[in-house]
Amino acid sequence: MKDDQKKPEAGHHGAPCEWPISRRDFVKGASAVVGATTLAPSLAQAAADGAPPPAIKQLPLDLTVNGERQQMMIDPRTSLLDLLREDLKLTGTKKGCDHGQCGACTVLANGRRINSCLSLAVTHDGDTVTTIEGLAKGEVLDPMQQAFLDHDGYQCGYCTPGQIVSAVGLLDEAKRGAPSFVTVDLRKTGPIALSHAEIRERMSGNICRCGAYPGIVAAVHQVYAGSCAQAEANGAGQQGGSCAAI
Amino acid sequence: MAPGSKGDPVQPFEYQRASDPQGAVSAVGPDSKFLAGGTNLVDLMKQQVEMPAHLIDINRLDLAKIEELPEGGLRLGALARNADTAEHPLVRERYPMLAQAILAGASPQLRNLATNGGNLLQRTRCYYFYDPAYEQCNKRKPGSGCGAIQGYNRIHAILGASPSCIATHPSDMCVALAALGAVVKVRGRRGERSIPLAEFHRLPGSSPQVDTNLRADELILSIDLPKSPYAEHSTYVKVRDRASYAFALVSAAAALELDGGTIRSARLALGGVAHKPWRSEKAEAALAGKPANQASYQAAAEEVLTGAKTYEHNAFKVALAKETIVRAFTLAAGNGAQV
Repeated sequence: MKDDQKKPEAGHHGAPCEWPISRRDFVKGASAVVGATTLAPSLAQAAADGAPPPAIKQLPLDLTVNGERQQMMIDPRTSLLDLLREDLKLTGTKKGCDHGQCGACTVLANGRRINSCLSLAVTHDGDTVTTIEGLAKGEVLDPMQQAFLDHDGYQCGYCTPGQIVSAVGLLDEAKRGAPSFVTVDLRKTGPIALSHAEIRERMSGNICRCGAYPGIVAAVHQVYAGSCAQAEANGAGQQGGSCAAI
Repeated sequence: MAPGSKGDPVQPFEYQRASDPQGAVSAVGPDSKFLAGGTNLVDLMKQQVEMPAHLIDINRLDLAKIEELPEGGLRLGALARNADTAEHPLVRERYPMLAQAILAGASPQLRNLATNGGNLLQRTRCYYFYDPAYEQCNKRKPGSGCGAIQGYNRIHAILGASPSCIATHPSDMCVALAALGAVVKVRGRRGERSIPLAEFHRLPGSSPQVDTNLRADELILSIDLPKSPYAEHSTYVKVRDRASYAFALVSAAAALELDGGTIRSARLALGGVAHKPWRSEKAEAALAGKPANQASYQAAAEEVLTGAKTYEHNAFKVALAKETIVRAFTLAAGNGAQV
């Protein structure tokens, strides 16, 4: 009975309960089973006839994702979102509506936030793409990721990667002086002070069905205020003027 | 699976990348589409509303510049992104109403992709057009009827519609462009030509499947803006179901050239009310020489909405449009700011 005594008593005395597979692998496996049983009728018919599905000409694609160069052949119909999730297995970027209405699929392409669901991957040949997986530096979270944790900027978490990537793009736009619909004087150029109203308007392309908006706005504001403090410490605050009215 | 349902595949197409405008125009075949930002076209391909056999990617063409024109005008490249256009210092300085209108549309992510040329070619957001599950839509399937006239027509047209189609044009940008008297430069097999924005989009008549007067082989090169005396007193007011990121129920681009308290000249165009941006030169003429006050704006609003025809769910748009016009001119007479 020596062996038995050595076994951890999982679930009885607070020892960690080890799952054999991760949640993500489980979801992937389950999806594959569902997929196999619901083939599109035309493909199912082709399979039954023994005929191959109609050939689609594959095109070369060469792009950099989160610092890694990727070269592959793709179906020209592939959205950037599906390329990231299905081909590159970067499942942090989420598919919400798949029609540009929710923002869950937001990524940075050449530093600009876009809806990856409405962008054909083939049009991104030569581009540099950053997804939620590319924000942290090793184990150190991006300040925006940390701020979402600090302010509970989520509930279920499904829209969160898109929210965070969108917010990173937002700060860059404001710093550059890009106006929004609520910017009072469009004729005045220079960095934009990010009030809560500005943040709400600029985050309106990201829908959160849990309604975590107050935490999201607080998180974005925290990072903005932090970057202002940093700029002032470096003596740039007086010149920029973007931090005047927070 | 019903056509257009989620998960339905995009139909196969041949993909070609063009490197110059002439190459793009020569590549046009019987079932080709130019692909720029793709924010509307790719969506409609997923819906199987658009099923082009051939996509000509024009993103690499050198048409993304914003340049000054002689005599104080501005040329907006067809491939300049909406975000870059609204952000451009000369657009903001000379045509703040246009920057406002662009920023009122879509979301920052979409504006980063969407181009100026593509904005002009947006298709309607009529539910009966956008979802092939509906049998009837003369715009999507000529001769099939109009689902909206007897259906749910809250977002539909009150001006210039026909028994074939009561869809509206969804653009905000085009409303400001119409008011500012923009001109669209295009190039086709037969060479280049200019189309005033007011004549670029069509009314539905008996052929609502044709949105614009652009020919199949023509590529938009730029949108040219004439010098404007309206930078000081102009605004874009958009009324929608939520505070941001929604299409207009009604919108108004209103501009005034003032001489003290008197209107020297005015510009007015409405969005969300017709198959095209609805500029009213009659109302503009009626405002000239009048005092810049509520009564003048109210009279102009009555003029624009004369002849409005409503349907079961959209009668509210008549009063809403009048209020929006008065509000827009009132704000424009100030400094155009909305908050």
